[in-house]
Amino acid sequence: MAVRVQTADFDVGAEIARLRAGDARIGAVASFIGVVRDLNDGDAVSELTLEHYPGMTEKALEEIVAQARSRWDIYDALVVHRVGTLKPTDQIVLVITTSAHRGEAFKACEFLMDYLKTGAPFWKREQTPAGSRWVDARESDDAAARRWS
Amino acid sequence: MTRMKPGETQAAVVRILYFARLRETLGRAEEELVLPEDVRDVGSLLAFLRNRGGAWSEELAPARPVRAAVNQDMSDAQATIKGGDEIAFFPPVTGG
Repeated sequence: MAVRVQTADFDVGAEIARLRAGDARIGAVASFIGVVRDLNDGDAVSELTLEHYPGMTEKALEEIVAQARSRWDIYDALVVHRVGTLKPTDQIVLVITTSAHRGEAFKACEFLMDYLKTGAPFWKREQTPAGSRWVDARESDDAAARRWS
Repeated sequence: MTRMKPGETQAAVVRILYFARLRETLGRAEEELVLPEDVRDVGSLLAFLRNRGGAWSEELAPARPVRAAVNQDMSDAQATIKGGDEIAFFPPVTGG
């Protein structure tokens, strides 16, 4: 399965090993891990809660992976996104791509992250000293996704 | 399901889901709605919901960045809706 939404943490080493699984065509593996920071918009963040739209989230991620596959010469791709309550330093999201060469693997990996941030239904709520608040979408994320179109 | 008489039309019922800030401010995660006659797309459904007043008119105001999905596909105001559809409203996404 190319996409997973889960509350549990993930092990990037184990995920890469599973994705490669003896495939000798692979010459490049690119990975990205998104992590919870302790600061956002100038305020200390003690906790982050991620909500999603069960069903649509998986569907949207699968469509994004299919787009990456059609645009770049990659052998495989994996997206793991956590939901629920996380703390600073916790891992949030993992993207792995495999290819014959690094260029395709890097580009597909970055594309997947940019599209995921603007096209997959997840919402963050963060806990700050002033209380909890929904995180607003950023124009810079929309701009990052537009680069690929 | 009750058998319909000839010429009788079955009420078109849709399921509406609300997420994140909208779920909180509107005070509900989901509802079933019998589609009014003049509601045939996402835009007219939004206008109908806005007419409930209070938080509905504030949160769903045209100036607010409300996103929609019809049957789990991102959709715009022109997207048509019909009985049996699952329609979701939510703020711009912030995953990753």
